[in-house]
Amino acid sequence: MVPVLFFGAALGALGGAVGVIATRNPFYGVLALIVHLVSLAVLFLLLSAAFLAAAQVVVYAGAVIVLYVFVVAYIGGGEESAWEPIPGQRLLAPLLGLALLVELAIAVLASSLLALGTDGPDVGPGFGDPASIGTLLLEKFLIPFEASSILLLLAAVGAVVLAGRRRDGDAGTPSERFAREERPPSGDSSPTQHRRVASEEGVPVAPSRGTTS
Amino acid sequence: MSIEWYIVLSSLLFATGAVGILIRRSPVVILLCLELMLNAGNLALIAFSRMLGNEEGQVFALVVMVVAACEVVVGLGLIVAIFRRRLPLDVDALRELRG
Amino acid sequence: MSATSWAWLVLLLPLLGSLVVSLGFRAIPARAAGVLGTASVGLAFAAAVAVLVSLLGEEPEARHHASSLYEYASAGGLEVELGIYVDQLSTLMILVVSGVSTLIHLYSLGYMRSDEGYHRFFSYLNFFVFSMLLLVLAGNFVLLIVGWAFVGFASYALISFWYRRTTATRAGMKAFVINVVGDIGLVLAAFLIFQQLGSFEYGAVFERAPEAFERGEWTVTAICLLLLLGAFAKSAQIPFHTWLPDAMEGPTPVSSLIHAATMVTAGVYLIARTNVLFYLAPTAADIAAFAGLATLLVAGTIALAMTDLKRAIAYSTMSQIGYMIMGVAIGAYSAGLFHLMTHAFFKALLFMTAGSIISAMANRQDIDRMSGFWRAMRFTSIMFVIGGLALAAFPLTSGFFSKDSILAFAEARGGIYFWMAIGGYVGALLTALYTFRLIFRVLPGKPCAEAQHLIDTGELYHGEPQNPASGEREDTEVGFPGAEHQIAEHSKPMAVAMAALAAGALLAGLVQVPGVTNVLFGFLEPAFHDSPLAAIHPSVAHEWRGLAIGAVISVGGIGLAWLLWGARPQLPAAFRARLRPVYLLAVDKWYFDEAIDLLVVRPALAIGRFADRSFERLVVDGIVSGTAETVRGAGGIVRLVQSGFVRGYALLVIAGFAGLALYFLIVSQ
Repeated sequence: MVPVLFFGAALGALGGAVGVIATRNPFYGVLALIVHLVSLAVLFLLLSAAFLAAAQVVVYAGAVIVLYVFVVAYIGGGEESAWEPIPGQRLLAPLLGLALLVELAIAVLASSLLALGTDGPDVGPGFGDPASIGTLLLEKFLIPFEASSILLLLAAVGAVVLAGRRRDGDAGTPSERFAREERPPSGDSSPTQHRRVASEEGVPVAPSRGTTS
Repeated sequence: MSIEWYIVLSSLLFATGAVGILIRRSPVVILLCLELMLNAGNLALIAFSRMLGNEEGQVFALVVMVVAACEVVVGLGLIVAIFRRRLPLDVDALRELRG
Repeated sequence: MSATSWAWLVLLLPLLGSLVVSLGFRAIPARAAGVLGTASVGLAFAAAVAVLVSLLGEEPEARHHASSLYEYASAGGLEVELGIYVDQLSTLMILVVSGVSTLIHLYSLGYMRSDEGYHRFFSYLNFFVFSMLLLVLAGNFVLLIVGWAFVGFASYALISFWYRRTTATRAGMKAFVINVVGDIGLVLAAFLIFQQLGSFEYGAVFERAPEAFERGEWTVTAICLLLLLGAFAKSAQIPFHTWLPDAMEGPTPVSSLIHAATMVTAGVYLIARTNVLFYLAPTAADIAAFAGLATLLVAGTIALAMTDLKRAIAYSTMSQIGYMIMGVAIGAYSAGLFHLMTHAFFKALLFMTAGSIISAMANRQDIDRMSGFWRAMRFTSIMFVIGGLALAAFPLTSGFFSKDSILAFAEARGGIYFWMAIGGYVGALLTALYTFRLIFRVLPGKPCAEAQHLIDTGELYHGEPQNPASGEREDTEVGFPGAEHQIAEHSKPMAVAMAALAAGALLAGLVQVPGVTNVLFGFLEPAFHDSPLAAIHPSVAHEWRGLAIGAVISVGGIGLAWLLWGARPQLPAAFRARLRPVYLLAVDKWYFDEAIDLLVVRPALAIGRFADRSFERLVVDGIVSGTAETVRGAGGIVRLVQSGFVRGYALLVIAGFAGLALYFLIVSQ
């Protein structure tokens, strides 16, 4: 039973991985990733990591993939050009991947770590439980736990800032933006003119122009 | 299935992810391949945690998941920003930082 | 205060003056700078007098002191101290140097008044005085070389003072290069002395030398010959004399201080100081004596043909230094130094009067254009005559006693030196001739245009500023002489200085009248008591005989000069026509410049060009540029890594990781 599950999940994971790197359309890539992630969740279960399997599905297949889907929907599926500007990249990449695989395999298979050849020690049914993981998180690994929450906060703020709504003044390359700053803003809707006119009339002025996106 | 199998599988997935980064040009796809590599690492961690009978490896893998999520968030934010500025979404075209 | 403390003060004051004037040149007004410079040297003279007084209060045999400020090198048997040596010789020198310098500073207060580089002048002049004092007060060969080099620099700076004149800068370079050649000799001599005797200090060297060397041994002869190289270059003796006439490009006070009274006497001082070594190397001493004699005669002949007033006086200096060199080389140390002192007075005076006359001539120095100044500038003319009389050794002037004391010694020593004395008397005749040639050309007769202008209006003739040697037009900004010229009649400081020197020129001989007074020799002799030569004393009768011969020659020479240039002015032209080759030889300065150019300058330049083409371009440039090109090439290759492609970087990362993993796999087997 276990081998069947294992090989099934392994094939799913591999297939998903190959799908991600091979498909032209990024949307299909995202779908392949979903397959890969779910297969990995199965493998986690086989390794008695129940909580992590659940977290994998919820966090990854749930949140992260949704994020990807939204972004790919926003961007659209662009075709990549076939011409390779870096000489030798298309040749070296698979070779290096192969080399990496072989080395790691040798490292594992020829290792003198005998425990690798076993199924691992007998663990009780509570291994990998949310309770035990939670205990560890709140006792032994409290600081990493707190630190990762701060990291999440930073990431969220950073993403908002990066992808935030742009004003017209942010469009174009840096040199175009700089050139634009040199010339005084033209047109009736320039802030200073607006302000001048407004102050003459005694009308309070809005601090920013939120009209364009 | 002994632990070896899981580790070898993990290496295979990792190598696949690496090759993907090297040959794809779209930033989104590169991020996806990055996910592959991270998950391969997670798999290895959990396999070793099983081998040692110690749950600390699983906590490690959990934190890796958190980090991966943050990284994806920021990376996708960057991609959106690039798209908004009408720059080509091609890592080979974005090469102004060169010597 | 002890003698050495006063001596340190003597050294310190001009240095301070130089520093204050040079660093404060923006803050200090022009007049004050000059007064400051003069005061610092004047105070140094006062301190020198204090040294003398202090020495006189001691026993004659005990009048030598060494004093050191600190040790600046002590390594492997080499000990060098910042030390001075005060004895009768150095005391005389500092008195002469500081005294004459004070008077020349005073003269410069007036003469350089309208020059834009006034501060720079006084700063350099003070620095020169400091260097010369350092040279004569040094207590070891290292400090001597330091002073020697500083003096050379100061001379260069002052000769090229009017630096916008190409002729002046070229002359400065020529003087400096020839001086450096002499410096090489001096430095090599110092090295040899250290190697043979193990010390640089005067006391130690002169004590050990008689034991370490046999008389006539080649080592000590080599040392002395190298010392002579330095002495001849500095004192402008043949064949290193070619820089001195060109050095007349400097302002007149410079010529009078450096190239008459002080720097050119450094060689004489050197030989007198190292008399112990020269006694041990009679060959070298004889070579020096012959060189002095040759210079004396050759320079005398050239001076007869010169038409530039300052250059004629320069050749006269060369000739008189020849006397001094001859004197100290044959052992007449006190006599040579006596002549040094009197020469300082009358030569400085002569240059000062020349400066006055040149100012009246609107900076032209050609005696063919000068005449009748007796009527136009009475004071200057009287000073000129006094100086000339002293130079020509007219009876009872200072030059009379000093020059003949050297010649009397030479006679008394006998042998070959007797013939040197004869040569000296011939030179004395030449001296009288060329001196009074100048006087009789410039002073009597119908006043020239400039002199007439002075007589009529009482003001100086104003000519266009031009280079006296080449006739090029100039302006009067900084780097060129100032707009106004000063003559002694109009400038108090100049007149006072000249009067003081005239008094010295007339009366200084009285300190050493044979058989009557023995002030100078009595003071100096204990400094040379180690030398057997100094024991030779011509008898009083011999001396008076010598004086009588000298008097006859001098008066006869003056009379002959009157005949040729006063009474029958057509005679010199006739002589020139009849003896044309001789005249050409004299007026072309015996072709020394041309010979040096052919033998030294051209080969050196050729070697330089060859070295540039072969070694410099191929090897040195090759190595330097080659290194640069290699680095640039390597950089270019490494640059390729920074392609800007993210995927390329990722490839490198993964490749590196794969390599590392491989390494660890292998190592762990």
